[in-house]
Amino acid sequence: MRLRRCGTDAVLVEVDSLGEVEAVRAAVHAAALPEVVELVPAARTVLIGARPGGLAAVRRVLDTVDLSHRVESESREVTIPVVYDGPDLELVAETAGVGPDEVVRLHTGATYSVAFCGFAPGFAYLVGLPEALQQPRLDSPRTKVPAGSVGVAGEYTAAYPRATPGGWRLIGRTDAPLFDPRRDPAALLQPGDRVRFEAAA
Amino acid sequence: MTTDIGADGRTGTAARTVTVLRTGPQALVQDLGRPGHAHLGVPPSGALDQPSLRLANRLVGNPEHAAGLEVLLGGLHLRADTACTVAVTGPCTPTLVNGVHRDSPVHLRPGDELVLGTPTGGLRTYVAVSGGIATDPELGSRATDLLSGIGPAPLRPHDVLPLGTPTGVPTGADVLVPVQVPAELDLPLLLGPRDDWFDDPAAQLRKGRWTVSDRSNRVGLRLEGTALDRCEHRELPSEGLVTGAVQVPKDGLPVIFLADHPTTGGYPVIGVVPPAALPLLGQARPGTAVRFRPRG
Repeated sequence: MRLRRCGTDAVLVEVDSLGEVEAVRAAVHAAALPEVVELVPAARTVLIGARPGGLAAVRRVLDTVDLSHRVESESREVTIPVVYDGPDLELVAETAGVGPDEVVRLHTGATYSVAFCGFAPGFAYLVGLPEALQQPRLDSPRTKVPAGSVGVAGEYTAAYPRATPGGWRLIGRTDAPLFDPRRDPAALLQPGDRVRFEAAA
Repeated sequence: MTTDIGADGRTGTAARTVTVLRTGPQALVQDLGRPGHAHLGVPPSGALDQPSLRLANRLVGNPEHAAGLEVLLGGLHLRADTACTVAVTGPCTPTLVNGVHRDSPVHLRPGDELVLGTPTGGLRTYVAVSGGIATDPELGSRATDLLSGIGPAPLRPHDVLPLGTPTGVPTGADVLVPVQVPAELDLPLLLGPRDDWFDDPAAQLRKGRWTVSDRSNRVGLRLEGTALDRCEHRELPSEGLVTGAVQVPKDGLPVIFLADHPTTGGYPVIGVVPPAALPLLGQARPGTAVRFRPRG
């Protein structure tokens, strides 16, 4: 674990894997420090923003983090219904060397966890994707990916909360309410949540 | 004046509103923003010059966190539909009520019209109205987030803005010191978190000379001038960003992130401008000279 200064009131904790990111995030979250304003996991880092003067308390918690500790107890499980008719379903099947039905079976058979959010409000990067579905982005990104699209890219799968440009291979779509700023909680998926996809009729 | 359903949802009481007649280049509802949601991909947003919004609110008797208007380069024209007190803060901005020059704060009667001219320096003028702008909050804030489209849309002519119920007494201040924007910004910068991705970062920053680009907005202040040299050319996996972070994309030209910044980014952050220096960044016009004073 390496601590990198990020201005007067934040620290960027750098670790070696997504599992260690989750260990740091979960430990700081569990400590429920009133000094912590932002807790932002990413691919290899956790950004911790504090109230002025609050970083000392954050460092005391970081000193106690066990990076090998897998935190499972606090996680919620969310199921997302998906209609598997995406424009890249055939491409994903072909790349994986299987049929489209097998892509659906693989995608719905795995349990995912939210590694981090970013890119757009409520856009959750899910890890746990079966290896056959870990595929490159499209050569040329779409200028507009419809809201609700479900795609894969690299080690991640995700559902798009709103229409944005995007280069992920799209295998389906969902009507799940992924983000609504007038709802509490606004985002359906939060870091640490467990997620399953199920095929909708 | 309307007598149907009030902004507070009750019937039978007169709704307190102001009506937008013209907006100028951009007028937004802003409060102190919605920090604490970055892990959901939601920017902090909120007024860029927060001391000016807080002052405007105090002047009209509002709590400092009440929502007001952030007006880019003047041009706002409002009509009061109800009796209210307004205050105008930020850079020196000519303010007319029913065509007569007035100093802030000023009491408006129903039908009175407030017009903001162009600020003589700086960019963003703040208008507070007694009771505060009472649009529906989203994620605990009424701030407009232009990056992710959360909060009220930018104001348009004919918008009718609901006001809350006044809770405090306007202060009696009659002389305000306007925000002064220097011709050259001399910005303190704390190195990190990725200063080690650059050759001698402190020296490069100290020697560099920049100007504020006209492509700047509420997401970030883009700088033109000296390109910063990297010694590390790996791809950086996306990581969390704070407001004030100076990110250096491939072209080497720094971007200072402001309130509507994305919550993660994939280019190295060489340093962070401390919070005390941020309000002035929201007032820096394109062409303003920028220097950095790095410290390790």
